[in-house]
Amino acid sequence: MIEAENLEKRFSVLRKAGRVRRAREDVVAVAGVTFTIAAGEMVGYIGPNGAGKSTTIKMLTGILVPTSGRATVAGIDPTRRRIEVARRIGVVFGQRTQLWWDLPLRDSFDLLRHVYRVGAEQHRRDRDELTELLDLAPLLDVPVRQLSLGQRVRGDLAAALLHDPEVLYLDEPTIGLDVVSKARVREFLAARNRERGTTVLLTTHDLDDIERLCSRVMIIDHGRLLYDGALATVADRLGEDRVLVVDLAESGAALNVPGARVVSVEGPRQRLAFRRSEVTAAALIAAVSAVAEIVDLSIEEPDIEAVIRRVYAGELTL
Amino acid sequence: MQYRTSFVLFTFSQFAITFLDFVGILVLFANVDSLAGWSLAEVAFLYGIANLAFGLADVFVSPVENVQVAIRAGTFDQILLRPVSPMLQIVTDGFSARRLGKLAQGALVFGFAVAAVNVDWTAARVAMTLLAVLSASTIFGALWVATSCVSFWWVEGREAANAITYGGSFLAQYPLGLYGPWLRRGLAYAVPVAFANYFPATYILGRSDRLGAPSWIAFASPVVAVAVAALSALAWRIAVRHYRSTGS
Repeated sequence: MIEAENLEKRFSVLRKAGRVRRAREDVVAVAGVTFTIAAGEMVGYIGPNGAGKSTTIKMLTGILVPTSGRATVAGIDPTRRRIEVARRIGVVFGQRTQLWWDLPLRDSFDLLRHVYRVGAEQHRRDRDELTELLDLAPLLDVPVRQLSLGQRVRGDLAAALLHDPEVLYLDEPTIGLDVVSKARVREFLAARNRERGTTVLLTTHDLDDIERLCSRVMIIDHGRLLYDGALATVADRLGEDRVLVVDLAESGAALNVPGARVVSVEGPRQRLAFRRSEVTAAALIAAVSAVAEIVDLSIEEPDIEAVIRRVYAGELTL
Repeated sequence: MQYRTSFVLFTFSQFAITFLDFVGILVLFANVDSLAGWSLAEVAFLYGIANLAFGLADVFVSPVENVQVAIRAGTFDQILLRPVSPMLQIVTDGFSARRLGKLAQGALVFGFAVAAVNVDWTAARVAMTLLAVLSASTIFGALWVATSCVSFWWVEGREAANAITYGGSFLAQYPLGLYGPWLRRGLAYAVPVAFANYFPATYILGRSDRLGAPSWIAFASPVVAVAVAALSALAWRIAVRHYRSTGS
């Protein structure tokens, strides 16, 4: 359904080089990525800020023209036939709305019906269904600018799906949402994918999004794909390295417990790195309390950016 | 049409401002009998076509300059995501009935000039006049589009572009013979507003001061208009492909 072949995007930027002189410099945003996403798949696309996620999506929607390489969406080249592709895709950018700022949702939906030339009957049916699933009924007559972020994202989702697209691109759809709103959006997306077979490409910083929605994940950094495969592999790897933070009753030298390595000592607080596969958290805590009195403790899960950086640096292989 | 009074006042003030502009020409003619050999009615004919055509382009095409705002804010992304031509979306979104004031003034002066000039209105001359207004609007519209393309590379480029659109239409209000040779060449070849009204007017008014150009040049206006429109459409396509979006 979505194909990218050596997709590359460079931007040339002007940098200051002296008082008036400007040097032209090439910045590579996406450095030749290749992947294929089958119809009905739900794929997570992750990577740190500036890795090239949004740029890839913008090329796959026809917003940006690739510097080289080729993309096809539903068999159509989005660069040459952008308008045809636009009819078949839905896009939600979590950071910015596609809706008309001053119009109530109802009017935005109505306008979109005309923009996408959806029949009145079909439009009413789909709109009512989306309104119910996303719980938008009480919000239909509120101008978009008065909606909360969570409400607005739900409105955006409905707007992106009104023309029943085959492909849905989501760029950080859950950014800034509270736990309840996140859960609701995820639930909705999973159902949509299951029931209509909509192909979904999702970028996010929230590993939970991926865990709950995607069986396949692609990791990108510095414009290159570092990993493309099953989520299970990544999840194991990501979840393996953890840090136990203990606040001891007294400051002292670094603890020496088997199966863990002390990363830092800050007064009474010590941080111990350990691997889930080598020692359990419970065993480690027991080992620590055998040698020192623990006042408080917590366990830190590795954050995604750190792990991806390590993958990139070659320290970790997936 | 939410703010009726504001709309009426704005339209009227637009009309008044442009009307005073024509009063300037009347004052000029109170002191001289002709400008570069053209009488008041003849200058009014040139001026009328220029402002009528510019008014039409202003109402239907000039909102395209809002593309600058969309590029800066990154909302051009959304425009490209919808299955409708970006040009159409920008122009309809920026449509404002308030610009009708300018158009009304042009139409009024044009009407006055048609009545006042000493012309035998044969079918050919009437057809030529209509063609001239159409060609002129097309040329001005094409200038709006072409200059708006600058925004894709240079977001602050709007003011420089205005020099061409407003400047071009301003210079088209007077007979070409008034200007020096370099400016004349510029208005004929570079920013071809001479084809918008001057050359057709030489035919309609039966004047021979075509400044050395062959007599058929009066009929070249529609061709020039189509060519300029095609070029600006091409420039627009290239510009849209160069859209760089914003970081997000």
